[in-house]
Amino acid sequence: MIINSPILEIKKLKAAINENEILKNLDLTINKGEIHAIMGPNGSGKSTFSKVIAGHPAYEILDGEIIFKGSNINDLDPEERSHLGLFLAFQYPIEIPGVSNEDFLRLAYNAKQKFLEKPEVDPLEFFSLITKKLELVDMSPTFLSRNVNEGFSGGEKKRNEILQMILLDSDVSILDETDSGLDIDALKIISKGINTFMNEDKAIILITHYQRLLDYVKPDFVHVMQDGKIIKTGTANLAKELEDKGYEWLK
Amino acid sequence: MNNQSNKILDTNITKLVNQPYKYGFSTDIEKDIIEKGLNENVVRLISKKKNEPEFLLEFRLKAFKKWKKMQCPSWAQLKFSEIDYQDVIYYSAPKAKKNLNSLDEVDPELLETFEKLGISLNEQKRLTNVAVDAVFDSVSVATTFKEELAEYGVIFSSISEAIHDYPKLIKKYLGTVVPIGDNYFAALNSAVFTDGSFCYIPKGVKCPMDLSTYFRINDQNSGQFERTLIIAEADSQVSYLEGCTAPQYDNNQLHAAIVELVALENADIKYSTVQNWYAGNEVGKGGVYNLVTKRGLCAGSNSKISWTQVETGSNITWKYPSCLLVGDNSQGEFYSVALTNNYQQADTGSKMIHIGKNTRSRIVSKGISAGNSKNTYRGLVNIGNKAIGARNYSQCDSLLIGNTSNANTFPFITVNNSTAKIEHEASTSKIGEEQIFYFLQRGISVEKGVELMISGFCRDVFMELPLEFAAEADRLLTLKLEGSVG
Repeated sequence: MIINSPILEIKKLKAAINENEILKNLDLTINKGEIHAIMGPNGSGKSTFSKVIAGHPAYEILDGEIIFKGSNINDLDPEERSHLGLFLAFQYPIEIPGVSNEDFLRLAYNAKQKFLEKPEVDPLEFFSLITKKLELVDMSPTFLSRNVNEGFSGGEKKRNEILQMILLDSDVSILDETDSGLDIDALKIISKGINTFMNEDKAIILITHYQRLLDYVKPDFVHVMQDGKIIKTGTANLAKELEDKGYEWLK
Repeated sequence: MNNQSNKILDTNITKLVNQPYKYGFSTDIEKDIIEKGLNENVVRLISKKKNEPEFLLEFRLKAFKKWKKMQCPSWAQLKFSEIDYQDVIYYSAPKAKKNLNSLDEVDPELLETFEKLGISLNEQKRLTNVAVDAVFDSVSVATTFKEELAEYGVIFSSISEAIHDYPKLIKKYLGTVVPIGDNYFAALNSAVFTDGSFCYIPKGVKCPMDLSTYFRINDQNSGQFERTLIIAEADSQVSYLEGCTAPQYDNNQLHAAIVELVALENADIKYSTVQNWYAGNEVGKGGVYNLVTKRGLCAGSNSKISWTQVETGSNITWKYPSCLLVGDNSQGEFYSVALTNNYQQADTGSKMIHIGKNTRSRIVSKGISAGNSKNTYRGLVNIGNKAIGARNYSQCDSLLIGNTSNANTFPFITVNNSTAKIEHEASTSKIGEEQIFYFLQRGISVEKGVELMISGFCRDVFMELPLEFAAEADRLLTLKLEGSVG
């Protein structure tokens, strides 16, 4: 028998934006080696959930706890949470004009190295390191010299997010609608990237509207979120059921 | 964006951009001043103190007459209280004990002041290949490497000395590029200018070192009215650098300068400025009013004038370094980074006046506004009817930091012949909360993130700066962006 060890525990979490409570008593426990999918209708709080966990300053935690690797991270800055191994793949990756993707990736990588008290790498070392990772998401090295997400297609932006997840080797990764707006080829590439990355020491949370991603990345659990809390938890079959029936029957 | 996150973003940015002004000290020194106020007698007195030839006094009086009839321009996107010209000291000079024969005789207090500003007037200590003219309030206190430069026939001195030593050159060129009645502040400067630099590069000479002037305002109530004249004879080349700082006072200091450049056939003048006058405090009190007329005349064919400016200081900046492209095939360039923060206001840009055939010009302007500041680009590209085949490329980019800053772009383009080719590109971007959160989520600090964005934004301009200055500009921006975290 395997003893599950929780890597992320969310206890009775209440959070608000503009004094508008969005997360209402959210409970969720994620163990190492697990893939969780969070589904739910629009406006149920899925994206808020991802931002609150990552520490977005616009959101305020009213009550409850976020325990990451055994310690409460409620009061940590987003930067510190990132260093500890929490990653958020953005639903709408941000464009950063004037900053090359390569510089951005290297800076992020070195910030983590520094936090881990490991030596930082110079641009040459980094280039060989990143070139290998690029293959995992089927991207050409020319994309390193382009500005971060600027002029990227929807698929390229999402692949760039997955590349960053792989590069930073995060322990818990929240993928906020990474599958939305992707054609089937891009979806396959991204899924392959996720599956190669995943192992028994990591955990992944997939926020999605569609079953089709889950055909490629098999979740251990599927949760339905509604009105800021988890109202139902099941296995991969639950997603299929939702695809057929929608959310109405759960109410 | 909601209020709470605004607050967080603002504190971060404020921490970043509100670095203490390092040059805010003042030097206590015995001064020779003319009492506050402006009238014909003051103009005469300045001329007398400087023991000027008659033609210059006439020049001044004519300018003063014009100025009295003129009005302060109000078209700029600048709001500032009316300047009381009677409340300004027009001449303030450190008391000289005797005539200086060498640098060793310069008041040690002054040498120390410039040393503190990072400007070494000690020629033995030279680290970089730069000759310096140091201007303190109304007068030039020292010029380095004069003898070395003289070997090449290069004249580099204060304009006061040049008026005595080279009256013919002064008479021939002074006021030819910026006429005395050109504008309100130019007329004022022409009447009361006190010092500045003069450079003359003879025919065929490539100036062996960079020339630079460091302007320091020290006195609380005095205005600085400097005047710079650079003449590059045919086939010559020079790179000139200008730096400026002022102490931190609660009231505003007036700085109204004129720079005139003349490039003859095949001559090449590169003029770079890093302006870091005191900008006022975080609520906009104090700071320098920087009201400057800079213009270059590409008189000869194939001549080239290139302006590069990094404007980070001053409460008010009103400045449009321009090129008159008279010679056929002549070239004008303007590269600018203007950073405003708190309540700073900058209205800056360039004018490219194409007169000769196949003249080319290029404008690259980068405005960064943070806090409650206002940053305006204003430019004019004018293609005359004889400027066959003229070309212009303009690029005006604005970067906003936070939600309360303001950026404007006013490009004016006038084309009077059909062979001209004009390109204009403009963009506005913002360092907003979402970008910062993206950086943070990837483990990159706010400081690093903003620094990366700013340096990426300014790259095209910094590449144009001479090496010594690029470092200075980088340091300056980093200084303004260095956070107190960690």
